[in-house]
Amino acid sequence: MTREIAVVAFAQTDHRRSTEESSEVEMLMPVLHGVLAQSGLRTADIGFTCSGSSDYLAGRAFSFTLALDGVGAWPPISESHVEMDGAWALYEAWTKLLTGDADTALVYSYGKCSPGSVRDVLTRQLDPYYVAPLWPDSVALAALQAQALMDAGHTDEPALAAVGARSRADAEANPHAQLKGPVPHGDYVVRPLRTGDCPPVGDGAAAVILAAGERARRLCARPAWIRGIDHRIEAHGLGVRDLTDSPSTRLAAEKAGAFERPVDTAELHAPFTAQEVILRRALRLGDDVRVNPSGGALAANPVMAAGLIRIGEAAARIHRGESDRALAHATSGPCLQQNLVAVLEGDPR
Amino acid sequence: MPEVLQAPLVVEFPFTRSLGPVQSAFLTGLRERVVLGVKTTDGRTLVPPVEYDPVTAEEIRDLVEVAPTGTVTAWAWNHEPRRGQPLGAPFAWVLVRLDGADTALLHALDAPGPDAVRTGMRVRVRWAGERTGAITDIACFEPYDGEPAQPGGHTGEFENPLTGIVAPARLDYTYSPGRAQSAYIHALGEQRTVGERCPSCRKVYVPPRGACPTCGVATAEQVEVGPRGTVTTYCIVNIKAKNLDIEVPYVYAHIALDGAGLALHARIGGIPYDQVRMGLRVEPVWTEGARYPDHYRPTGEPDADYDTYKELL
Ligand SMILES: [Zn+2]
Repeated sequence: MTREIAVVAFAQTDHRRSTEESSEVEMLMPVLHGVLAQSGLRTADIGFTCSGSSDYLAGRAFSFTLALDGVGAWPPISESHVEMDGAWALYEAWTKLLTGDADTALVYSYGKCSPGSVRDVLTRQLDPYYVAPLWPDSVALAALQAQALMDAGHTDEPALAAVGARSRADAEANPHAQLKGPVPHGDYVVRPLRTGDCPPVGDGAAAVILAAGERARRLCARPAWIRGIDHRIEAHGLGVRDLTDSPSTRLAAEKAGAFERPVDTAELHAPFTAQEVILRRALRLGDDVRVNPSGGALAANPVMAAGLIRIGEAAARIHRGESDRALAHATSGPCLQQNLVAVLEGDPR
Repeated sequence: MPEVLQAPLVVEFPFTRSLGPVQSAFLTGLRERVVLGVKTTDGRTLVPPVEYDPVTAEEIRDLVEVAPTGTVTAWAWNHEPRRGQPLGAPFAWVLVRLDGADTALLHALDAPGPDAVRTGMRVRVRWAGERTGAITDIACFEPYDGEPAQPGGHTGEFENPLTGIVAPARLDYTYSPGRAQSAYIHALGEQRTVGERCPSCRKVYVPPRGACPTCGVATAEQVEVGPRGTVTTYCIVNIKAKNLDIEVPYVYAHIALDGAGLALHARIGGIPYDQVRMGLRVEPVWTEGARYPDHYRPTGEPDADYDTYKELL
């Protein structure tokens, strides 16, 4: 059985350094109402709800249960949560729709990085025996990867600066972006990565609505059909991997059908400049592909939502008629550990 | 709008983890200044060792000693070390492929500056003075220009092998409860209890969290509730909690404050535990300088009629 499933609505917050005046649910509610308003659906119309977030960001247990207050979970709803980026919640929802158990799904995710130090927080996702006791932070591990890429001759510091500059210039057209316009390449954070090579730290949330078949056509003038979606993971030992490549991204893209025909747009979840270089190579993206017109994660990186936003941004370009076939990528874990690729298409015009 | 509250929040926990046979041998080996790898099915040696082949997923246990000398395969200069990292002075993060190994180990390299580090440079293990069987038994790596050290041929059999480790973790946060709960806590400071009314279903939430979970909309209209309320249900606690200075048995109850759309919970005092009942009318008792009621006590009013609180059970 094959069902066509599409992203029919997308909303995101204005991403900011801190939203301390809001609780998570207070931050999340406007985007939930945003996607419902776009699609014309009410809470009771949603067949399945799935969210992505991490308790470690805010430092409190089961924070997603409080966020559920924003969904309207009474009478009881069909609901699930992944302790991951919302892109993986979308994968779960897509699977649920494929089974025919539901015709519509609400997917949301959020991350408040401001309460803690996200560099330290992310060390807790590392191998607890051999790696986490050394507290290597997210920038340090990305810097190792960047140096490996430079040693292999695939990039250099000016090229990385250009990736950052292009992302922040593109972000000027994105009202939700946190860091936009000219941003100096800056000082080293962990050499060879400079401030300009790193994402801003910020809070934000995003939501999308998925719908199947004719339902999608009724809810959206130009649905962004998910033609394929797949996710893969690297061996967890960093020293086992070739950090200059991303075979899991390539495999996920192949399984999602990304190489069957060229894409015109790619929204890549590359929080660090060097990771865009790796992903472009892994995905064999030519210079004619519009990469991260939203500014990408270098312009706004609400952890746990930034991957879902890539899918949402790619879908929104299809909704607006600015793209016919787009690739969206999400990552999680150190040095592009886990990678998800979705291929989205609009109906022919 | 009153000021949104903030407070430091430290989350600290000693994670106790058990070790499998391979991790046990590796970490016990570090305690004894021996570095072990594991052979994969295709003959590669993985350091640090894992229990399952990353390619075939087969269980692997064939331990082999490698040298404490090796080659840097990737590096990054860390000029501002953070809490918990191996060295307090600027250092390089390195991936090191030890002599005899096919994969690299992540650790720190003690070097005078970034100009003294390059991919391909030779390094050796600097052992920690006190070793407990942890990755930190390797204090760091240091530059080394001698011959590759010869491993001793250790098989991974040790006396007193480790069976587990304790990995302490600490994260520091600045906690903020957000607008709705800040308003609730501010009001408690004035010995008042406030909730928020849902604009859609009109229910009053105490404490308010800023959203109606039934309607999924923001709540904003502030409503003062109480101070009196009704016991809707209760339990008798017979076990003394650690660090809690309350005589057992005592009663913990759900209390629907007058005007509230749901019950909150608190201790009941001022009445023998076996005389607490559903419908009992209670009021808060504040102690000097407290930021919330110490407990609730009977008001002396007649009990509330069941019909007045049955929806709040
Ligand atoms: Zn309501």
